[in-house]
Amino acid sequence: MSPEAAHGLPPDPLRARLGMWLFLATEITLFGGLLLAYAYLRLRHPAEFHRAGAAMNAALGVANTLVLLTSSLTAALSLSALRRGLPARATGLLAGTLGLGLGFLVVKGFEWSAKIHHGLYPGSSRLAALPPGEQVFFGLYFTMTGLHALHVLAGLSVFAALLGNGGLTRARTAFLENGTLFWHLVDVVWILLLPLFYLAA
Amino acid sequence: MDAARPASPASADRTYLRVWAALVALTGLLVLVSRLGPAPALAGLLTVTPLKAGLVFWFFMHLREAGALLRTVLLAALGTLVIFFALLFADAAFR
Repeated sequence: MSPEAAHGLPPDPLRARLGMWLFLATEITLFGGLLLAYAYLRLRHPAEFHRAGAAMNAALGVANTLVLLTSSLTAALSLSALRRGLPARATGLLAGTLGLGLGFLVVKGFEWSAKIHHGLYPGSSRLAALPPGEQVFFGLYFTMTGLHALHVLAGLSVFAALLGNGGLTRARTAFLENGTLFWHLVDVVWILLLPLFYLAA
Repeated sequence: MDAARPASPASADRTYLRVWAALVALTGLLVLVSRLGPAPALAGLLTVTPLKAGLVFWFFMHLREAGALLRTVLLAALGTLVIFFALLFADAAFR
C-alpha cells in the first residue's frame, strides 16, 4: 500500500518524482566531485593522462556505451508501455533492460580482469612504479568506473524487484518511473566517463 | 504544472527511438574526432558529450514534459557544478 493510500489520500505522482529528483541531485553532486578531481589532476598531469589513456581498451568502452544507451531506450519504452496499460510488453522491455545491464557488468568484469592480469590495480607494484600522474589516472579510473558499476548493480536490483515481486502493474508506474530515472542518470554518468578514460589517448 | 504530460504513446515511442539513434550517431562522432588529435578530441569532449547528456535528460528523463520545480532541482545541482568548474579553471589559468 502506498503512503498516500495508507492515509486515505489520492496518489501524488509529483511528490514521488520530486523526491527522486532531489536524490538524483545528490548523485550528480557525488559524481560531480569526482569529475572536478579528474579535471584538476588532468590539468596537472596532461602528458601522463594521455599516456595512461593509451592502455585503455576503447573498443570495450564504446561497446559498453552502446549497451547502456540501448538499455536506456528499452527502459523508456517499458515505462511508456506501462503508462499505456500494456504490462506484458512493459515487463518484456524491462527484462531486456535487465539483460543489457547484466551484459554491461560482464564486459566491465572482463575489462577489469585484464587490467588486474596486467598488474594494473590499486596497490600493485607495477602501478607504484609508474609516474605519479599515471597512478592518479588509474586511481580515478578504478574509483569512478567502480562507483558507476555499483550504481548499475543498484539499478538492476530495483528492476529485479519490480519484475520479481508480483511483476509490473499499472499501480507500480511511479516505482518504475523512478527506477528508470535512476537508470538514465547512470547512463549519463557513463556518457561522461567514455571520453574521460577510454578516449583519453 | 509539474505533472508529466506524456505525448501520444506512439509518437513518444518514435521519439525515444530517434533519440537513441542520435545518441549512437553522436557516440560514433565522438570516437571519430578523438582519433583526429588532442584539439578535436577536447572539442568533442566539451560539445558532443554535454549534448548527449542533454538528450538523455530532456527526452528519456522527461524534463521536456516537467514543470519548473523539477527543472530547478536539476539546474541547482548542475549550476553548482558549473560554478565549481569555473573556479577550478580560473585558478588553473592564473596559477
